[in-house]
Amino acid sequence: MTERKVWWKTALGVLFTALMLFPVYWMVNVSFTETRDLRADPPHWFPWDPTFEGYEAVFAQQLPALGTSLLIGLGSVGLTVVIAAPAGYALALLHLRGGRTLNFLLLVAQMIPAVVMAMGFYAVYNNLGLLNTVPGLIVADSTIAVPFGVLLFTAFMSGIPRELLQAARVDGAGAWRTFVAIVLPMSRNSILTVSLFAFLWAWSDFIFASTLNRNGDLIPITLSIYHYIGNNTTQWNAIMATAVVASIPASILLVVAQRYVAAGVTAGAVKD
Amino acid sequence: MTSTPADVGSRGAPRGAAGTTPAVPPGGRRRRTLSSSQWAAVGFAAPLLVYLVLFYAYPLWRNIDLSVHDYTIRAFVQGDAEFVGLQNYVDVFSSSTFPTALWNTVVFTFGSIAFQFTIGLALAVFFRSSFRLSSTLRAMFLVPWLLPLIVSASTWAWMLNSENGIVNSVITAFGGEQINWLTSPDTALLSVTIANIWLGIPFNLVILYSGLQNIPGEVYEAASLDGAGPWRQFWSITFPLLRPVSAITILLGLIYTLKVVDVIWVMTTGGPGDASTTLAIWSYREAFGTGQPDFSPAAAVGNLLIVIALVFGFLHLRLQHRQEASS
Repeated sequence: MTERKVWWKTALGVLFTALMLFPVYWMVNVSFTETRDLRADPPHWFPWDPTFEGYEAVFAQQLPALGTSLLIGLGSVGLTVVIAAPAGYALALLHLRGGRTLNFLLLVAQMIPAVVMAMGFYAVYNNLGLLNTVPGLIVADSTIAVPFGVLLFTAFMSGIPRELLQAARVDGAGAWRTFVAIVLPMSRNSILTVSLFAFLWAWSDFIFASTLNRNGDLIPITLSIYHYIGNNTTQWNAIMATAVVASIPASILLVVAQRYVAAGVTAGAVKD
Repeated sequence: MTSTPADVGSRGAPRGAAGTTPAVPPGGRRRRTLSSSQWAAVGFAAPLLVYLVLFYAYPLWRNIDLSVHDYTIRAFVQGDAEFVGLQNYVDVFSSSTFPTALWNTVVFTFGSIAFQFTIGLALAVFFRSSFRLSSTLRAMFLVPWLLPLIVSASTWAWMLNSENGIVNSVITAFGGEQINWLTSPDTALLSVTIANIWLGIPFNLVILYSGLQNIPGEVYEAASLDGAGPWRQFWSITFPLLRPVSAITILLGLIYTLKVVDVIWVMTTGGPGDASTTLAIWSYREAFGTGQPDFSPAAAVGNLLIVIALVFGFLHLRLQHRQEASS
């Protein structure tokens, strides 16, 4: 009897997942549909006769945008890790004075709406001449990930056994050497988690891109999709093809690094 | 899945900090000047401190500065904006958009949270008992959360399209009337809320599921020996024991939902009229959405939004603090 109940649950689970992922399926389906069939009634539920028009358009037009997004994502990952990892070390293992206050500030920083940050950055960048530049966007995008990164590194590094650090000190290693030779290698998993989120957030960012990089020569893929929708509402297959391509990094990361994703979501929210 | 390093670390964090503080006599530490290890600590934290001042404090200060001046595009370039005190705030509060935007924010936020949480909790309970494929299916539920918001938002926009959308074609196939989801003032807010609920389910599922993992299985075994059915088990065990995690999930959801811009902007740009304009959208539209940027009122709305977010934020911190103290 239990055997049958389990099968029944699997069937229900598949049904729920299918319902949940229907919009994703629909995006893929539309991306393969011929332009003339987009307005067919009833709509084509499956691309029996797939067209690659949409994808050809993506590769003809969107490669620079994809490259820009990749660059911004990697830049944001680098900046986030370089700033957050040493800070986590200082907070977790070097007992930085005022550490509690700093932790508190980081929690508050995560609550500030991105629109507000975008306006502040716009005003600052306007004076510094950083509007419409890739470095400017990298810095702005990294603000989403840095507080999260510091909190995650602090949490993980607090769990590193003190005996190891003491042993290093006995061997004459200073704070820097301990950091590079012991703490960083041991924190590999949290570096991966932080990098993953920093990349995804920078890759998916729309608010900073649409405000700080409105007239740039190099626009990221999110902004490119947005312009596409604005200019070209008849070619939804091409829009959806771009959307599918823009979702590839997320899908790869989900497959390759699923446990880090779940770890990041949980660690950011629940301290149990 | 929940016993990942980051998770273990977060559990150790408060204990580690609390365990090390008494080791150093508080008096002695205060009297001495910075010891060499404190210098090292400051050195490692220095990049972060500089970063926070430059890229958090300074933009926020500029934002306050914008809200108390009358910035036009010309004043922006020349830097001679007139100081107007709280006039921008007065204008915002007396604007006819204000009550609409506030009401829409309330409806959008609470509507999203109520359904995200309920559906997320139901799914978490469903996935609690492991069955064939359960972990794979649970992982697939993360997909909507990982996609770029603009991708999800444009997909929903096309699905809800009046003439060619799949939703309307299903409705008419069953004999219903075509609904102008995104272009009618009656349904625009509902449409963006539906899309946002869909986006938030994965987050709620993951957190509530990990909360469920911390309820020992014996409690359920004892309850079922006492003859409690699944419904009764849910209300007398799961729901009360999950209350702290639920409270945190809901508050974080509130903070996130208040900030939402991308989804609404891509689907309806806050329209038609102000029908789906929330405070965040209002701020974005004033500053960046039209041809003529009006930064000062936008900054005023933005600062109002910060205050609201912080109220919920402090509530969240207090709850979390109390939970740590009790465990």
